[in-house]
Amino acid sequence: MPLLPIVKMTKTVMKSLLGGSACKMYPARKPTFFGGTRGPVEIDPSKCVLCGLCAKKCPAGAIAVDREGKTWEIDRLKCIVCSLCADICPKKCLVLRNDYTPPVTGETKDVFRIEPVSKEGHQDQGKSKG
Amino acid sequence: MGKRTVIPFGPQHPVLPEPIHLDLAIEDERVVEAIPSLGFVHRGLELLVEKMDFQEMVFVAERICGICSFMHGLGCSLGIEEIMGIEVPERARYLRTIWSELSRIHSHLLWLGLAADAAGFESLFTHSWRVREKILDIAEETTGGRVIFGACKVGGTRRDIDGETLVRVLGRMKDIEADYRSIAAVFRDDYSMRHRFSGVGVMSREEARELGAVGPTARGSGIARDTRELGYAAYGGLDFEPVIEDAGDCYARCMVRVREVHQSFDLIRQAAAKIPGGPVEVKVKGFPEGEYFSRLEQPRGEVIYYIRGNGTKFLDRFRVRTPTFANIGPMVKMLAGCELADVPVIVLSIDPCISCAER
Repeated sequence: MPLLPIVKMTKTVMKSLLGGSACKMYPARKPTFFGGTRGPVEIDPSKCVLCGLCAKKCPAGAIAVDREGKTWEIDRLKCIVCSLCADICPKKCLVLRNDYTPPVTGETKDVFRIEPVSKEGHQDQGKSKG
Repeated sequence: MGKRTVIPFGPQHPVLPEPIHLDLAIEDERVVEAIPSLGFVHRGLELLVEKMDFQEMVFVAERICGICSFMHGLGCSLGIEEIMGIEVPERARYLRTIWSELSRIHSHLLWLGLAADAAGFESLFTHSWRVREKILDIAEETTGGRVIFGACKVGGTRRDIDGETLVRVLGRMKDIEADYRSIAAVFRDDYSMRHRFSGVGVMSREEARELGAVGPTARGSGIARDTRELGYAAYGGLDFEPVIEDAGDCYARCMVRVREVHQSFDLIRQAAAKIPGGPVEVKVKGFPEGEYFSRLEQPRGEVIYYIRGNGTKFLDRFRVRTPTFANIGPMVKMLAGCELADVPVIVLSIDPCISCAER
């Protein structure tokens, strides 16, 4: 066998032996995210006017807006993080966070009480829709 | 001649990331016939058009496949744009080209890793995926998503790449290409890869043409057919030639992909050099009425979108003929007469994407 092919892989192997880690060393090193990374949707309850456009447009049907009960609800596992809701929101109260969601073991729903004055929002986790 | 036995292959098999079932009729160690059956991951995405706004359908189309997702979204958008007579801005066309080629690079690198893994060359597998990771980083930086870009929409693109980012990305891409070159050399010259793939699953040029093979499977058999030559997006303004190999075996198909990654790097550079300024989207007014076949080249081959609109916000019909579906026929042909131990390599050599094929 010619020696050349062996040398070819050896070069790559030597590089990885001497060149340090190729992985990002998570969780020892804190991950950095790019400016444009799409993460979970967040709402500013003080700005929301409960117009329901986000719920109407959501391709996955992950958002539910209850005008009478004054709640804005998102099913985190249904959400496909497309950022369509944030793009069309007329009050710009929806933003996409700049990181990834942690793993979950059950259905996760976040319910926000929309009250223009107080910014109170409570999280209701682990409930199924029923 | 030995007794004929039927051996089931799949739907769960170490070489397959996705479920396809093959009934292999074998005599001794030789496969006489392979009968494929699909239907394990059918999701009914095509029927969703009946209750989904045509602009939101792009998001669904993107999720047909987890690898060439951007091009599925692009195929859907192209079809709807053509029906509605929307003129997409030039800048958006170039951006679409850049992201399409990024998808192709990461898809081919994924396949090259899997091919190395199938040949038992584990370190080459990890090195291929190490390079792929850097491509995914570029995708995330420019679109916001690693695999599901979500950057395409009817009428243009949802994001723009500013000049500074483009220069930075191109600089990084130069290093990635140098890194890739050392890996490509191993695929090209290394004894173990050549030994495992050469002469396995041979399909002649005539057979490939007759059975309607597409993409690298056809090009590996010497058919110079590349849908990008139709000039959709900005491919009309770029200079490239289809990569072809003549041997028609698994090694030829592997080499087509190895060389296409270089070609994609080149296309991104060309597109970045020619990209004009201006808007990236136009406003979409009205609803689609009419029908259109859009064709484009995915990493696995030609995909065909048939879209029919009825003048409402819901489409009438949405049909996708994916490259894997077209390549199943040629795969069955390659399997007939091969050794049982070669079956995983041959199945892998068409780069099967079963979720694509079933939608």
